Amino acid sequence: MRIFFFSLLLCLSANLALSQADAKSSHDKHDHSGHNHHDHTGHNHGHDHSGHNHDHTDHKSNSVKKGGESHSNHHANVYTSDCGSSAQPIHHEGYDPTATALHHINDANVWNIMDMVRIPLPAIIYNKTKGIELFSTSKFDAGHHDNGHYGFKDYVLYEGNIHRITCPEFKADEKFEVQGFDKVSLKDAEGKEYDKKYAIVNGKGYLIEQKTIWDGGLLGGGMTGFYDLSPTKNVVSMGLVSMLLFFLFRSAAKKYSGDPTAPSGIQSFVEPVFQFIRDDVAIPFLGDRHERFLPLLMAIFFFILGLNLWGQVPFLGNVNVTGSLTVTMVMALIVFVIVNINGNKDYWKHIFNMPGTPWFVKIILTPVELLGMFIKPLTLMLRLAGNITAGHIAILSFVGLIFIFGKAGTNMAGSLTGTALAIPLTMFMMAIELIVAFVQAFVFTILTASYLGAATEEHDDHH
Amino acid sequence: MIFLAGFAPFQPSPGLALWSLIIFILFWLLMAKYAFKPMMDGLKKRESSISDALAQAQTAREEMANLKAENEKILAEAREERAKMIKEAKDTSTSIVNDAKNKAKDEAQRIMTSAKLEIENDRNSALTQVKNQVGMMATNIAEKILKKELAGGAEHTTYVNKLVDEINLN
Repeated sequence: MRIFFFSLLLCLSANLALSQADAKSSHDKHDHSGHNHHDHTGHNHGHDHSGHNHDHTDHKSNSVKKGGESHSNHHANVYTSDCGSSAQPIHHEGYDPTATALHHINDANVWNIMDMVRIPLPAIIYNKTKGIELFSTSKFDAGHHDNGHYGFKDYVLYEGNIHRITCPEFKADEKFEVQGFDKVSLKDAEGKEYDKKYAIVNGKGYLIEQKTIWDGGLLGGGMTGFYDLSPTKNVVSMGLVSMLLFFLFRSAAKKYSGDPTAPSGIQSFVEPVFQFIRDDVAIPFLGDRHERFLPLLMAIFFFILGLNLWGQVPFLGNVNVTGSLTVTMVMALIVFVIVNINGNKDYWKHIFNMPGTPWFVKIILTPVELLGMFIKPLTLMLRLAGNITAGHIAILSFVGLIFIFGKAGTNMAGSLTGTALAIPLTMFMMAIELIVAFVQAFVFTILTASYLGAATEEHDDHH
Repeated sequence: MIFLAGFAPFQPSPGLALWSLIIFILFWLLMAKYAFKPMMDGLKKRESSISDALAQAQTAREEMANLKAENEKILAEAREERAKMIKEAKDTSTSIVNDAKNKAKDEAQRIMTSAKLEIENDRNSALTQVKNQVGMMATNIAEKILKKELAGGAEHTTYVNKLVDEINLN
């Protein structure tokens, strides 16, 4: 029942946001009417413009028709240089479901709650030449799309994330106005697509770079000029959920001191789950050794569960902590370290010198076992992040139906149809995600227990 | 992995990694110390206290059964004792009554004997008195007669004395 109300509220608020967009787009009509032609030669514009249609429905057919007559000053910017080539801010009023969904599940330096409240968060930037810089992201004055209206020093806020203007010749006040942002998709010599992002200041475009990403350039990241060590939305969420869980468990744990009594209050809420993890996860895999590892297993389970559920709370800004590969990577790394530190002689013997197998089998088996050692935490990392992110995308896609049917706020009847579709679909998806939240926390914990069990088991060479 | 290029949630960010490492390890240590350990200990304590209580209940039940058997034994003994006591009391009372009866009989016998003896004595003394009285009266009468007669003779007095002596023999 509660899920129903949540999704109803969600859809109503989406309609509210839509009517605002409605008003805005009618205002924008004055500026944009007539210039629907985009120069697609040379490079493609990064954004999907299918929704960019204020006075007609089919963008492509009309752009061919109107191409000649409306060669105005509003077209895609051409950047001859990365620093200071003239550019104008471009308004993208279209609805791009992919970009919207991805934007919402991304980590951010501001906490955007329903496009109404934006909570600025502290920024901690590390730069090799300047050292550590500390300021508040309120300096950026984030607006629509979580883009900052202002820049601070070298930094701007683009789609909720701090970016740095790379140009050495860029000169401005400490706080300067940013007119807009632009993204250009390019292809390198091997035909691989990549994006270039520009901040537009004083009618000129300046190339911006994102924070350093430790992916070796594989996932579109790489080493850049700065590290963003800020407590982002995900970090703050982790802190909040951890504290919430701590106080919840602390008040329950206090009742266990003194003479044993029947559970009461918060204790009877926490205890069954605690006992379930102990009796059905820890003890089957670890037996008598479970007490040593129980705190870790409990911490993993409740940390993941708490954050999974936190991400399910509507209107909180789709916090996607457990769906973020960085977080699951850290947890998998901790599991990897703990498993291998506690691995006994038998564990290592089973990896490097499997007992009871001939030498030619060992040549194949040892590399496989060695690989398995690393694949185990890798699967932990990917499974959790993949499942949670997929759930978030599914929900956002269903909510996005409202905007797709409503043609981004221009068609009220369509948006109502979209709402009627989105309510049951979102409700269904939220129910599924509630199960997924528990299942994924459980799976991560039970696999950790099984790895720990395998690493600490006493064998009597029965192979 | 290439299809994930630019997919921000899957980009490993050093800042987020550092923070999550710190937060998770803090969470783990604090929860272990202040929540999980007390809960583990508390649960273990409760479990052992429950099994203790069950064991105690079992022994108490056994003790109760023993106690009951003993009680029954004591009860049976008491019943036996009572029967014995009642029998003894009956015997005692019978013997007391018999004694009393015998004593009363003896006493009555004794009283009757002494009464008979007294009656005999009284009769004898009364008879003696009557004899003496009768003798005196007869003497007196005889005196008077004799006085009249003796004026006539001494032989008469002798005869009378002789007669009186004969009466005495009776």
